[in-house]
Parts: sequence; C-alpha cells; structure tokens
Amino acid sequence: MRYLPKSDAERAAMLRDIGAASIDELFSVIPNEYRLTRDLNVPRQMGESEIIDHFKAAAQKNANGYTSFLGAGAYRHYRPVIIDSLVQRGEFLTSYTPYQAEITQGTLQAIFEFQTMICELTGKDIANASMYDGSTGAAEAVMMAVRITGRDGVLVARTAHPEYREVMHTYAQHQGHDAREIDYGSDGRIDLAALDAAVTNQTACVLVQSPNFFGIVEDIPAIAEIAHKKGALLIVSIAEAVSLGIVRPPVEADIVSMEAQSFGVALSYGGPYCGVLAAKEKYLRQMPGRLVGETRDTEGRRGFVLTLSTREQHIRREKATSNICTNQALVALMATIFMTVYGKQGIRELALQNLAKAKYAADTLGKQGKLLFASTPRFHEFVLQTDETPDQLNVRLLEKKIIGGLSLKKWYPELGNATLWCATELTTKEQINTAASVLANAPVTAAAR
Amino acid sequence: MATNSFTGNTRKVTAHLTQNESLSFEKSSPGKKGYKLGPLDVPAVDASALLGAAVRNTEPTLPELSEIEIIRHFTRLSTWNYAIDLGMYPLGSCTMKYNPRVNEFVSRLEGIAEAHPYQPESLSQGALEVVKLLQDCLLEITGMDAITLQPAAGAHGEFTGILLARAYHESKGNPRKTIIIPDSAHGTNPATAASCGYQVINLKSNSQGGVDVAALAEIVNEDTAAMMLTNPSTIGVFENEIHKIADVLHDKGALLYMDGANMNALVGKTRPGDFGVDVMHLNLHKTFSTPHGGGGPGSGPVACKKTLEPFLPAPVLTRGSDGQLHWNYDRPQSVGRVRMLYGNFGMFVRALAYILANGPDGLRQTTEDAVLNANYIRKKLEDVYELPYATPSMHEVVFSDRRQTKNGVKTGDIAKRLIDYGFHPYTVSFPLIVAGALMIEPTESESREELDLFIDAMRQIAREADENPELITTAPHSTRVSRLDETTAARKPVLRWKGPPAPNGVEIDTAAKEW
Amino acid sequence: MAYPANYKYTREHEWIEVSGKIGTVGITDYAQNSLGDIVFVDAPKVGDKVEKGAVFGSVESVKAVSDLYSPVSGTVTEVNESLKDSPEKINTDAHAAWIIKVELSDPAEVDSLLDAAAYEKFIAEETGK
Repeated sequence: MRYLPKSDAERAAMLRDIGAASIDELFSVIPNEYRLTRDLNVPRQMGESEIIDHFKAAAQKNANGYTSFLGAGAYRHYRPVIIDSLVQRGEFLTSYTPYQAEITQGTLQAIFEFQTMICELTGKDIANASMYDGSTGAAEAVMMAVRITGRDGVLVARTAHPEYREVMHTYAQHQGHDAREIDYGSDGRIDLAALDAAVTNQTACVLVQSPNFFGIVEDIPAIAEIAHKKGALLIVSIAEAVSLGIVRPPVEADIVSMEAQSFGVALSYGGPYCGVLAAKEKYLRQMPGRLVGETRDTEGRRGFVLTLSTREQHIRREKATSNICTNQALVALMATIFMTVYGKQGIRELALQNLAKAKYAADTLGKQGKLLFASTPRFHEFVLQTDETPDQLNVRLLEKKIIGGLSLKKWYPELGNATLWCATELTTKEQINTAASVLANAPVTAAAR
Repeated sequence: MATNSFTGNTRKVTAHLTQNESLSFEKSSPGKKGYKLGPLDVPAVDASALLGAAVRNTEPTLPELSEIEIIRHFTRLSTWNYAIDLGMYPLGSCTMKYNPRVNEFVSRLEGIAEAHPYQPESLSQGALEVVKLLQDCLLEITGMDAITLQPAAGAHGEFTGILLARAYHESKGNPRKTIIIPDSAHGTNPATAASCGYQVINLKSNSQGGVDVAALAEIVNEDTAAMMLTNPSTIGVFENEIHKIADVLHDKGALLYMDGANMNALVGKTRPGDFGVDVMHLNLHKTFSTPHGGGGPGSGPVACKKTLEPFLPAPVLTRGSDGQLHWNYDRPQSVGRVRMLYGNFGMFVRALAYILANGPDGLRQTTEDAVLNANYIRKKLEDVYELPYATPSMHEVVFSDRRQTKNGVKTGDIAKRLIDYGFHPYTVSFPLIVAGALMIEPTESESREELDLFIDAMRQIAREADENPELITTAPHSTRVSRLDETTAARKPVLRWKGPPAPNGVEIDTAAKEW
Repeated sequence: MAYPANYKYTREHEWIEVSGKIGTVGITDYAQNSLGDIVFVDAPKVGDKVEKGAVFGSVESVKAVSDLYSPVSGTVTEVNESLKDSPEKINTDAHAAWIIKVELSDPAEVDSLLDAAAYEKFIAEETGK
C-alpha cells in the first residue's frame, strides 16, 4: 500500500529484531473472541485516479453552475488564490499543535497576527486562537458569562441564528442555567421593551446577533445599556465577519463571538468553519480555547508561545474553562491570510460592495414582493415576503438554475411566505435581474391573500 | 569549544532556516494593496446614509501589503515549523500519520468546496452520498450500529457521547450522577464529564497500568452513568479484560464509553462494538489521516449501539423510499444539536478518500505496521530507557526518564534535545501515572530508515545524559529561538500586537531587525 | 530550609500565623518549589467565608495548578493585592508572601495543625517516598 514505507522483507527483518515470530504475535494481546478474522466490509482499495473519479462524480451531483442567493450563516465570498497556495504548504498543513514553541514559530506568529486582527475588527482587547465555529462559540461565550458573573439567567434574541440557539440550548441543559428567548419587534430588531422587562440582577448575559439572522443591524448601544444597568454582560454574536468592514464594531460588548468563515474559508457543505471569541481584557482568565502570547527567548529574541494553558483541559481536567482541545488553526490561517490580503482598505471596500449589491437586490426583488423591516439598517441580507410559498417560488427559480432565498417557515412561521436572501460581491446585476424576472412571472393561481 | 563530554552527532538534516520575519503589521505601509475587486455593476451606496449610527467610523488597523510581500511573509513563517512532511512526530496518542495529498485535491473540487449547506437536498445528493458512505465505513470499522458526524473534534465528540449516555439514563428515569475515569486518561475526559454535569470518580490504574477490574467492581453502582475508557490505554496497552469491564458496568446498568484516540492500533484487527463498548468517538484527524494543520480543524464522529440511536443529534441522514438521501429532523428524543449544520464536511471528504485509498487490506496492513513500528522502537530502546510496565505495547510505547534523572536530566529536557537531532519531541510527562513519561507513537507512516534515525538519536541522547547532561538541560541549541520564557508569558500576557503601522519609506528594512 | 517555629502547617502545604483572632495564610517553601515559577494566584475576596479543609483558591504555575486548602474556618479580612502584579513573591519568600488574612471563627482548629517540626518530618517522608 503506497502510504506504507516498508517492504515485506523489512517487515520480516524488524520482526526478527523484535523477536516475534509473526505480526500476529504482536496482536496476541487481543483476546481471541474479539479478533477479526475477516476483511472489513469497506470498498476495495482504489488507485488515485479512481479516488478522484469517485469524488468528481459526487461533485457533479451537487449544485453546479447555479446562481445562489443563500446566506443564513454561511457566505459565498471570493477566496483569494494565495490562501490555498500557502495553507497547502506542508509546513502549515501537516504541522502539529504548537506545544513545542521552538519549532512551531510559524504557526504561533500567524495566530498572534490573527488574534490582533480580530481585536482590531471587533474592538475588543483580547481574542483567542479560534473555536470550532460560530454556533459553539456562542455557547462557550454564554458559559463564560455565567462563570464570570456567577449568575444563571441567560437571555437570547430570537433573531439570533436558529441553529446557534439550538446549540446554546443543548449546552445550557447541563450547565444549570436558565435560557429564555426575547422576541423581535416590527423593525426586525430585538424588542427592547421586552428585553428590559426580562433582564434582572440574576441575568448573566444577553446574547444578540448583529447583523442578525434577518440581516438587520441591531442597536448595540441601547441593548448594552439595558444589560449593563442590571450587571449583565452583553455578548454579541457575529455570523458575517465581512460586515465589520463597514458596520461599527460592538465596542459595548463584553464578549464577541464571531464566525470567520467569510474570511476565506470555503463553504464546503457546512464545515470546517472558524469561530473565534474576543473579549475585554479583564475576562482573560475565563476565556476558553488556546491563546498565543508574545515573549522572549534566553537570548532576548522575540518569540511566541501558547500561554495561560492552566485554563485548559490538559491541566485543569475537570475544572477547565472548557473541554475544548482542538482549535481551527488551519482555517484560522486562511482567515489570517484573507484579512492580510484585503488589509485596512480592502476590508472596507469589500464590505461596501456587499452593501451595494444587497441594496440593489433588495430594491429590485422588493418590487416583486414585500421587503420586510425595510427601513431598519441591514448589511447584505434581507427578508422578502411573497404571495407564492417559498417552495413554489424556489421551484421556478431552480428552472433558471437559481437557488433563491432560504425559506423561513421552519423557524419564523409567523412571517408567512418569507424567504431570506443574500447578495455578496460575487452576485452580479444580471443574476439579480434574472431572479427578479422569475419572481415577476408568478403564476396567477399562486396569488392568495 | 573543545570538551571531553560526549556530544552526539546528528545524522539527520536539521537546519532550521533562519529567515528573520517581523509581524505583518510591522512590514505594513499605507497605500500598499494585495487585492483587486472587480468594479461594481450596481449603483454605489453611501454607507452612512444606509447604516446611520451603525456605520463604522474607526478604521481597523489591518496590515497593508502587496501580494508578493504576503506570499513571502507566510512562506518564511512556514519554514519555521516542523511538520509531518519533514519528518517523524513520535507524539503519543496523536497518530501523526501521512496526510495524503489526494485528500486535499478532492476536497477542493468545485461541487464539493462550494456546496452551500442550505442548498436544496435534490442538489446535494453528491455531498450526502459522501456522508453516507463514510458513515457506513466507520460503522463497519467500529462494529457499532449508529453514528453522527456532527461533532467538530474529539473533545466535542466526547461531549456528544456523554450527552447520549445521559439521555439514555434519563429515558430510564434516572440520569445518574457519576462517571468513572482512569487516572491515565487524557484531560478532555474529566473536563467533558464535568461539562455534562457529572461528578468524576478517578480510578487508580493497577500495577500494569491498566484497569483494576476488582477495584472497578467495588465502585460501580446505580449512580454510575458510564466509564470513559481509552483502549488501548494511554500507555499503549490493550485492556485484555475489556469484556469483564463491560460486564461489570452493564450489570449495574452503566455504559462503557470508549475514547477512540488510539484506534490506530485496532482498525481491521478488532472492533470496539464487538468487545462491549456502547458509545465511542473517533478522531478523523488521528486515525483517518485528516491534517492537523497546526492545531485543527479536526472531526470527532460518535458511534453508538442501537439503544442509544434515538438520542443522536439531529438531523440524521436517512435514505427515502425514492432512493434519495435526506436529513431527518424529526427526532423527538434527540439530545439536540451540538453545532450548526452537519459537521466538518471537508474532513469527511478527506477521511473517506483515505479509506478508499486503503481498502480493507490497506487498513489492516496500516494497523499492523503501526504496531510493528512501536514494538521495534521499544525493543531498540528498552536497554537505555526504563520501561515502567512490562505489558506488551500496541501502537505506542511509554518509557520513563528514571535512569536519566540521576544526572538531573528530565523527560522535558530529553525532548528538547531531540529537536537538535531533527525530530519533533514525543509526548512529555503524559500519562500522569508514569513519572517522567516519554510517550512515543511512530505510526505506520515511518520507514525503517526514519525509525533507525530516531532510535539512534535517542540512544545518543541517553549517552549524553550520562556523560554530558548540561548539553541536554540547555537544549535545544539548533533552533531559531532558544527556550522561550513561558513564565513571563503567563504572568504578563501580551496577546496582540500594538503600535502604529510602520511609516511609509522612513524605516529601513524592518526584516533586518536583529533578534 | 527553616520553617518558622511560630507558624502552623497543613499537610496540603499551607502555613498559618495566628495573632489574636486573625490568622495569616500562605503556602510553604516546599510548595512553591514544587510548583515552579508562579504566574497567578486566584484568591477569594474580602468578606468571603472559608472553611477548614475546603478549597479557597488556587496557585498557578505555567504547567500546573494547585488548589489552596484553608487551615481554618472564618471570614477573609484582607487579601494580598500585591500578588496580582507580582505572584513571584511567593517563589522568592514563600513564608513572607501571605495570601489571605482570616478572622477565625473557631480558634481551637489551629491546635490540630502541624507544628514546624512535625511539618518538616512530614515533608521528609513525602520526598523519601
């Protein structure tokens, strides 16, 4: 087998050196009754070209050459080519966690740069070296707030991503905290009056997403005031990192949990993505996940190390801040390269393009239905209400090889025939116009008041 | 410097390239650009008008660099890393095997890399077939009945697995209170148990470093939800009383959870589902060759017996009567989601490519070579390093530094000296049940030549420990940076760069800074 | 290393110096030596209650964490704030770098603690193992 660098002669020689009669002797520790005496029933060994053919066939059976208006927490942005050129270097791709700092300064310095850029974008003092994704990051942020405040009440906006909320619920069940949802108002933002009524001095944190699931930018200063006056922490969850190029950073937030997939990480049918936590300096010791710090070596040269490891599972074991071990180093590296490529000016220009495309899309498609929450500021997603059901609408769009907005019926049935649309810098005017023309040609029979 | 004390000679190429490289921020100049966006084909917008008070007024200090500077920056950084592509990692329980490049290639195929997780299922059958085939292969390999690929990593899988155990017990009317964990376990095990609301009961290992079944029988009771076991253990030894362990637990209605980190010793030779395991996680980034990438991403599928199937995280992949694959969200007893979407799909593609490249014979041969390699190292080093346990090793071997400490040389020092011989250190000071542990797992990816170089290095270091210990306690000597001050890094953490960007054209070549 | 004769000691390597109703608590030189360079002390707040034998905080080095067990029961009256910026004081002089001061709720508890000689004997046995 071509991944195994041994000949049978070498195997035999090694067995002789060990003093074993056969390889079976080395497995004799396994009791007879459990030893497999048959081949595993998996597909037979394939040659490399066969493997490629297998996956090409699979790739063909996915959407190919379709225009997509999907967002909802996973965003289609351009990935600069040098990202893959660099991350596929063996020294990055096949390197281990940087516990041995002297021989992993490449990874460590790159993470230090990542942490810095996240702080700059989010307006926070410290950032970690990444969490699994935005959904688990949100759950970890909530647990962090509970630890910091010693309180157990948690309030989550219903406009936070539905699947993020499901994850928070799963984690909350075993942590003994009480999580409640606060609904949204007619402007598509969290209902501030309802929030105010719900926050008590037993509330550990308020979590909102901004831009929220509807694409709407929340009023962070107002929410912060409500949370802070009762001593609750504000967690802002950000699902679309590119928004930070043009939307003000949530400086009032105590903790920011972000999904950085938009920064150069492929959609890849849902993962791997790149979560990250950022927070005010005073919460440092309650921050889960790996942290890279700057230091000096014995000769006074600058270097980087994993630090504050005593928070983590391999030392604290059952008293750790989290059980997390792995971070998302390689995807965080993709994000680091992306942020470096776009840089100070580019990230703003990119965000502006997204804003412009989505404005045009909302204006154009909005003529074929009702644009919800129309006068509230939003980034690059919007909700459209139509006479047709989302299913009917999407069937017609698919005929034109367009994947339309995501149906919201499952999560927000009160919005009726509502779909969530996203336009990015990759969406073209032509694609938007074509979609609009399909919407315009709704069959008469679909009209139902 | 002439010295009479023995200094070994490295036979392996070791030079760490010594390019100096500042932070990207320190090389930045206003006005440099590394990107070009296409022109807008829709009207430009006034952000302030659209966003009002929500518009960003502060510029984030991100670097401004051209493409070539970015390429050089990260390329230089990469040359400071050790990697599997450069040589062996003897890290115990990490299974640092070869990361096949075809895995990278197929994960980047357009229909796969660009598949949006919410695209219609009718247009995702290719992705879903990948998920299905991987699930089926992993079930066959583990001997279990049902599986979820949702967890993002091993620790996440442990969390999911214990949630399943809890849900199972709750369905029987009593979630129970405790989880038993051997003192040889990886730190994620007790951390996970605590995060699920269970109290950890530590079980002392017996004199062979394994589970003391009699002691176990004494502490298992109706409050025990589960035992978390790694098999082979973290000292590389197969628990040959595993069925008794399972029986003791099952007798009291408790479950056996297996940490699958050491599956590289078992694939194709035995199956956890056959020896009494009820629920387990796998590490695709260990056994199944997906790349470590400097610390992640990983993937931690959880497989279980039928009795736990109803509790799996939703959605669950099912094949409809139309032959199409669907995500089934109608799972009333599910523990819920442990993350959004379906899991680290990119890693599924890579793991499946690995399984297809091997087939049944390749997988078995892989396991055999992994065990052969570990035993070869054991044989060639057992006369110079102390073996704390006489029990046979499987895919990894644990030594202790006892013979070397008499000269003040500890396992951490030996590990640092190993770097001078061109290798990444083995796992230091773990498992905790062995004082001064050296935990070594070569994996099947190492040729005899590489193993011999490693053995030669370790033997020379053992001699240096006798004759020239200071050389070891001050190691490494050949790296770009010497030992780093971790104490100050912890006392006064500096976790980000601060400072103004380098002024344009004023500073001369910051990369020439003396370190 | 001389262990102050007027201090009392626990088997978890804490020391206490009692003056009237106030006990001053720290960790011993043996403890700081085992831990290595101390990077952080997690102490309770003034007003917190402590209980004999229960954990009241922890001390961290780079690679390890050690729980602090209270030698006595009572209320915390003072916390050594200088350890926030200079935890290394414990390494330099463990018997001077106190961590908390406690108002004793039951002064009799002190009687069951080890005196300096008994503590030195205890360490000798520990290291001999």
